Amino acid sequence: MSVINERLKNGIIKENPTFVLMLGMCPTLAVTTSAINGLGMGLTTTAVLACSNMLISMLRKVIPDKVRIPAYIVIVASLVTVVQLLLQGYVPSLYDSLGIYIPLIVVNCIILGRAESYASKNPVIASLFDGIGMGLGFTVGLTSIGIFREFLGNGTIFGKVIYTASKGNGIAPVSIFVLAPGAFFVLAMLTAIQNKLKMPSATNASSDGAACGGKCSGCTSTTCIAKNAVKEAE
Amino acid sequence: MNEMYNVSTSPHMLCNRSTKTIMRDVVIGLLPATFFGIYNFGIRALVIILACVASAVLSEYLFQKGMHKKITVGDYSAIITGLLLALNLPVSLPIWMAVLGSVFAIIVVKQLFGGLGQNFMNPALGARCFLVISFAGRMTSFAVEKTGSIINGRMAVDGVSGATPLTALKAGESVDVMKMFIGTTGGTIGETSALAILIGGLYLVIRKVISPKIPCIYIGTVAVFTAIYSACSQNGFDFNFVLAHICGGGLMLGAVFMATDYVTCPITPMGKVVFALLLGIFTSIFRLFGGSAEGVSYAIIFCNLLVPLIEKVTIPTAFGKGGNNNGSR
Repeated sequence: MSVINERLKNGIIKENPTFVLMLGMCPTLAVTTSAINGLGMGLTTTAVLACSNMLISMLRKVIPDKVRIPAYIVIVASLVTVVQLLLQGYVPSLYDSLGIYIPLIVVNCIILGRAESYASKNPVIASLFDGIGMGLGFTVGLTSIGIFREFLGNGTIFGKVIYTASKGNGIAPVSIFVLAPGAFFVLAMLTAIQNKLKMPSATNASSDGAACGGKCSGCTSTTCIAKNAVKEAE
Repeated sequence: MNEMYNVSTSPHMLCNRSTKTIMRDVVIGLLPATFFGIYNFGIRALVIILACVASAVLSEYLFQKGMHKKITVGDYSAIITGLLLALNLPVSLPIWMAVLGSVFAIIVVKQLFGGLGQNFMNPALGARCFLVISFAGRMTSFAVEKTGSIINGRMAVDGVSGATPLTALKAGESVDVMKMFIGTTGGTIGETSALAILIGGLYLVIRKVISPKIPCIYIGTVAVFTAIYSACSQNGFDFNFVLAHICGGGLMLGAVFMATDYVTCPITPMGKVVFALLLGIFTSIFRLFGGSAEGVSYAIIFCNLLVPLIEKVTIPTAFGKGGNNNGSR
């Protein structure tokens, strides 16, 4: 159980793909014009990520090292096709609003990143929950960005009207937030808040809590703060 | 006695100029356009100007206080940003939108990038584009509200109407260039009077705060470009059309006060020329072929982004380097 909890917590908070790892920026910036789009994209990715992590972990001893990336792509692409057809069949409105970004899940760097860095080296259960944790982290990120953008730029949350543009000089939605620049503003602000509140994450925790496990002696990174601190202490 | 024997590094001779005096001169240079705007659009223009300036200064103060940085509100730069932004807004804009623009200019465009001297684009123009994208309808409606606003705009001049001269020009109508030069036309608060802006610009040139290079080349390029366009059009060359493009819209205000911003224009002499030429070309293209009647603000912030590249290709050759080396062995 501990590994399950640890993987989930890692994905949602410590290595949150959106606010900490800054992965999958293309769908993050493009589809989060509304909360429901963010939630839909996040859950779709979660489904693909959990299944692909599980399958790749099962096949990790079968797939030859030299052709692992094509093999992963084939697995992910099959899963994405399944999910795409399911979405088209059961939630056509979401399918229409996500558009090209559903097939693009195939090359989502979170999915390939987890396959490469976790699923290909770890047992099936841990990989499955790593996928779920990462996917939920992505969902949390996308949904929160979506909520802020929809609220500021359109005056609604999950389609529910909070305020509308008034005729005179009263409040009106700042529509730049549902356009492309707004995605960058909201992402940057939420990331800054996340850093400010110092939720223990991979980028701001001390070395013993770091995602790399604090193995500074064998580390080649030159940008790690913890490692530089160790060096200075020496 | 000690002062006599002080050992210090260069520079040893200082003049009285500082960021503060230069910025104060720019504020003085902006005053004619400001006063004309208030005269032209009534008391509501003054309210917008005060709201913009106050919120710009206050947000700079609060941000620097909150970030534990040195507080630099005394150097007039926030005042300029607020004033320039206000001069770029239509008079009917709700006050809270103007304040939002000021806060955006100071905090997002200026302070987040490191404050004065670090911003990569003109804060006032960045905020103007932010507002244009956010509230396209309000930012391009130049009709003065007679009723309903908190403070009724007193109409000083009859000439203010819904459409700006540039919009009329784009629609193929004829415009009164003399009116545009004096400034009794529709438009944003500070852009209408070419005359008032030129007086302010002349003051800055005389005080050597700005060099006339960028404004002259910028306006000249627009003149040449629009003249060529006019000559190629079916009606043949129309001098009125060229003059209207020079006096109309934000070209004068942009050329004199925004393109010459120290922070966001190139520092190399050749770079300034390239920068001004590009500004002229982009402005003309946006105005003549774009969907909107105005193109100055987008042209300037776009060229602001090009400045690092322009500087890179126009680095002057240091004395002694380059040339032919045959003589020196």
